[in-house]
Parts: sequence; structure tokens; C-alpha cells
Amino acid sequence: MRFKGSEAYVSTDDLTLAVNAAITLQRPLLVKGEPGTGKTMLAVEVAKALDLPLLEWHIKSTTKAQQGLYEYDAVSRLRDSQLGDPRVHEIRNYIMRGMLWQAFTSETPVVLLIDEIDKADIEFPNDLLRELDRMEFFVYETKELVKATQRPIVFITSNNEKELPDAFLRRCFFHYIRFPDKETMEKIVDVHFPGLKKSLLREALEVFFEVREAPGLKKKPSTSELLDWLKLLLAEDIPPDALRAKDRKTIIPPLHGALLKNEQDVHLFERLIFMSRQRS
Amino acid sequence: MLSGFFVKLKDHKIPVSIKEWLTLLEAMQKDVISPSIDEFYTLSRMILVKDEQNFDKFDRAFGEYFKGIESVAGVEFDVPLEWLLKQAELNLSPEEKAMIEAMGGWEKLMDTLKKRLEEQKARHQGGNKWIGTAGTSPFGAYGYNPEGVRIGQDGSRSRSAVKVWDAREYRNLDDSIELGTRNIKVALRRLRKFAREGAPEELDLDTTIDKTARNAGVLDLSMRPERHNAVKVLMFLDIGGSMDDHVKLAEELFSAAKTEFKHLEHFYFHNCLYDTVWKDNRRRHSERTRTFDIMHKYGHDYKLVFVGDATMSPYEILQPGGSIEYSNAEAGAVWLKRMLELYPRAVWLNPEPEEIWPYRQSIGILREIMGGRMYPTTIQGLERAMRALVK
Repeated sequence: MRFKGSEAYVSTDDLTLAVNAAITLQRPLLVKGEPGTGKTMLAVEVAKALDLPLLEWHIKSTTKAQQGLYEYDAVSRLRDSQLGDPRVHEIRNYIMRGMLWQAFTSETPVVLLIDEIDKADIEFPNDLLRELDRMEFFVYETKELVKATQRPIVFITSNNEKELPDAFLRRCFFHYIRFPDKETMEKIVDVHFPGLKKSLLREALEVFFEVREAPGLKKKPSTSELLDWLKLLLAEDIPPDALRAKDRKTIIPPLHGALLKNEQDVHLFERLIFMSRQRS
Repeated sequence: MLSGFFVKLKDHKIPVSIKEWLTLLEAMQKDVISPSIDEFYTLSRMILVKDEQNFDKFDRAFGEYFKGIESVAGVEFDVPLEWLLKQAELNLSPEEKAMIEAMGGWEKLMDTLKKRLEEQKARHQGGNKWIGTAGTSPFGAYGYNPEGVRIGQDGSRSRSAVKVWDAREYRNLDDSIELGTRNIKVALRRLRKFAREGAPEELDLDTTIDKTARNAGVLDLSMRPERHNAVKVLMFLDIGGSMDDHVKLAEELFSAAKTEFKHLEHFYFHNCLYDTVWKDNRRRHSERTRTFDIMHKYGHDYKLVFVGDATMSPYEILQPGGSIEYSNAEAGAVWLKRMLELYPRAVWLNPEPEEIWPYRQSIGILREIMGGRMYPTTIQGLERAMRALVK
């Protein structure tokens, strides 16, 4: 099984290497990077490229590690016992399998995405150490051991909101997705808008990287914002010369709301344009 | 195998464990990569480094260890970046160019560079000997010398591996640099974490219901520590010196985290703590608070944070009457010790870089008084300080 990028996802060489090393050595791959650089999409695309089912476990601030293994629905068991339901005698009826359990017992290998692990409680990663390392866990209610028949390919994404414990990090591989440079970005755009006119693409990328370099922006536009913006430009049928180089410094790019999502950033940007207009 | 590289990483203070090292060897054994140094760079980094903050250190260590492997010799000196910041571009006449070409071969160039680096201690720009920017010396960036050695220049570089780590793109992710705007958010998070420690218990309704259900309806109460924080902080800030900006930064940092603390009080002092402090720096001479009053007012469960550069004459700490502002009856050290006895949880944050501490006598004295609990105002320093406070 080797991943080489896919039709809808441009993978840089180092990312490809990281994914393949993680698959070969059967270690979880921890992916970090600026928002909008395709961390979550990576798992989706790897699953698609390798033709494996994808299980997604989205983490919220209230998520507990146990929920990934299984949950014992004690409340419905209590209710059933009040109603005299015969199901109540079998505890197995009240155990609900979590994403990890499903991944471990799947017939074919699966891709498991643990999305935004940093959103959870600080102890969350520590509670998953053994499960991710040995790929097994114990169900206390039914006294059974769930062990992975096929080790799933695990992707974990993090936005750096919390630091992850060392013991957890030691068990993972780590890749930091850098913001794509112009060449890679052209490839990415090409994948998403195959028929895009070369002239429009060139002008749009110039504008995009210039906006990114504007000093003091709170939230720099990222790949996903660029793609949205291009979609808008196409939908509105904006001609390339509207982005033309000679007056680029002095006009506000059309539909810039798709790139800058923060009121202060828009103000700052407009002021910068205004200043360079005065100078020229 | 390659254990020299492992030791090199350790030398650069990268937290690598044996387990990760063995994983790397396992990966090599399984032929995950083709035998190329670029791929080895990517592979070893993904296995050994788990935090982008350490990428810069890793790049440097990697560059040092593998410098003989690529044909271009790297430079093993750590030239401070600001020497090389681009300031001007240079145009030379053909005669001058010819003159520079006469400087000698590559070997000679490297030798001279080493010698220069040893001689030179300061930033330099222009001119034709020292390492710096826009000059005609063979060493430095943005200047003109066809045989020059380029140190720390950005711009269009091809992406061969040596240059990737040479470019040091992850420099500003390193957590031992001082607090800047980019880091403040992270620092705040550390402080919040600190503020959340300890607390009495409260009824945990969800767990109680859950446990009661498991118990088939028999009530089973469950308690949990209150998430609400109980940390109280007394801050003493050194004001009126060269470090004002840094002290201000620390103050802002703590007040930004203020909502997280139960109480946060701050007072100012100058150089060393004596019998009075003040709350408003503009009225420092008219409105002073006696240190004794503070000790009587605030309970011993307050945590003490001093912020100051601790740089002064040793007399100001050790001698009665040593203060530069007035004649103090008791020495600063006496006051500090008094405070520390009453408030056992205390740290001193020092905005001066940690490397220069050993050269300042007064820092040494204060550190001893603080029992070693002096930390730099870097993210990492703050974290250590917070850990010391909750211990």
C-alpha cells in the first residue's frame, strides 16, 4: 500500500514520505499546520486513494477517551429494568461501540481519523496510549478483550491549542504541513479548477500571496480561502485584467471578503491600499 | 548506527527518546526511504521531532552532523541573524570585481572565515573585511564577491536538502526565544493552566446520575474538584530602569490572565524590595504602601511573583542604606527573606537572557535568596516558573 497523492489532493514529497512511513511502520501520524492547509482532508484522501473505508472521530471539548472505545448506556438499562424488558439481563445490549472498537474489529484495514485532538481535555491523549500502541483494550462490563485484527492507519490532527503529552508524542510520527509555495499552490488550484484560465490563475495567485504578506493581518488567508475565492471569481466571471498587475497595489481586489474574514483585517488592508495609492 | 547523530540531537537540547531512536532504525531497516539524504532528513525529523518549535534546533543539528556529506561545507558558527539583516545592495565597478577575484581559492576562504569569526564580535555593515551585509568582504550576504560565502541570506534558493535546514525556516517557532506578540497567546495559555489548579469539591451531577443508574437506582453521590480556580497572586514589578518594556510585558501578560485568578494584586518597587512599595507609578513619591502592611493584609496562600532584571550593585541588596533612592534602615535581602518566609510559593521572572546571569553578581545573590527560583521571561521560562509555583 503506497500513497502518492490523489486526483483531488496535492501531496508534497515530504508529506507523501511521512504517510507511507506511517503506513509501513504502523504508527499513528500526527499532523499539524496552519488552519486550512488540508490536515483533515489528508485522511479522507488517503482512504480514497488506498480504497479503504474511513472512520472519522471528531473530538470536542467534552469528548472522553472512553467514548472512542465504547459507552455503557446505563440509563436505558435502568429504564428497561423498570419496564421489565427482558433485554436488561444481557449487558452487551447496552454497550455501544466507539470508533476505535469499530476500527479494530473491521474485516478490512481502515483509515481512522482522530480530528482535532487538541480540543479535548488535557488528559485525553494519555488515556489512549495503550489503545494506540498495542491496538487493544479491555471491556470491563463484559470482561472481553478487544484486539485489532488489522491495525488501522491512524491520522491525528491538532491545531496546537493544547500541548500534547510527551508519552503520547513518542508513539506518533509527526508531520507539520507548511504553507504551500507558489508552485505547489498552482498544482493545488489546478486539481480543484482544472479548466481555469492560466492568466486568471496567475493574477489571482499574485494577489493572494500579496494579501498574505500584508503586515499585521490577524488571520492570513489559507488554501481553503483561496479556493473559495477562486470559485467566486469564476462564478462572477471576473476577467483577469480586473486583477491586473499595474494597478494591483492601488485597488482592492474584487470579492476580498472571501480572503479576509476578520473586520479588522479588512480595515487594515483597505488602509494599506489607500496609503500606497497616495504614494503613487 | 548513527549514534553520533543521536548524541548531536541531545546536545542541541532536542527531547529525543531511545524509543523514537529505535523506531527510526526500524524504519531504516524496513527500507521506508530510498538512500537519499533528503528523504532521510524528512524521515528522521518526523520520527524524532514532535513539535515544530524544535524544527529549528533539529535543522541546525542535522546541518552540523551531515555537513561533510554534501560537497558544500557548511559554516558551523552560529552567526547572529541581525548581523546579516539586509540593509543595502551594492554595485561594483569592473576593477573592483577583479580585485576581489584575486582573494584566493575556496580552502583559503574558509580558513579566513573561521579566523574572522573568531576575531569579530559585533555586527557589521559595509566595509570590506568583517562579516556583515552589503560589503565586499567574502563573507556575509547581499554583497558582491564572486567567491563569497553566503551566510543566512534568504531569497531564491533551490530546494536541495542542505539548504532546507540551512534556511532555518522554523526559527520563530523556537520556544526559548523571548516573548513576542506571536508568543503571548501561548504564554497566556500556560498561565491559565496554572490558574486552574487546586480547588474544593463540588457535586458532580452527571456522574451522580450515571452512577446511580448503574447502581440500579440506589443513590450514589459523586464529587469532583471545582474547575473554578482559587489561585491568588501578588506581583512585584521592578520599574524605572532599562527593562521597563519587558517588565511591562510581563505585567500585561498577567493582567490579561487576570480573570482566571481569584485575586491578582500588583505593586512596584525599584531594583530591590525595601520597606515600602507603590501602586501607581506616577504618584510613587506620595502614595506608598508599607511592605509590612502587605504582609499583614494578604494571607500566606498568596503566590509571589517578582519581575525585574535583578541587575544592580550588590550593596543595594546586602547593605542597610544601600538603596540608590533613599536611606533604608534594613537591607533589601532582609525584606526579601521576610517575604519568602511568609509566602513560601514565590518565583522571580527575569527578562534578561539566562546566559548572562552568571556574569552579574546581583543576579547570583538574588537567585540564592530565591532558592534558585529565578526564571527567564520566555515561554519555556514561564512554564517552569508556573510549575514551581504550584509545586
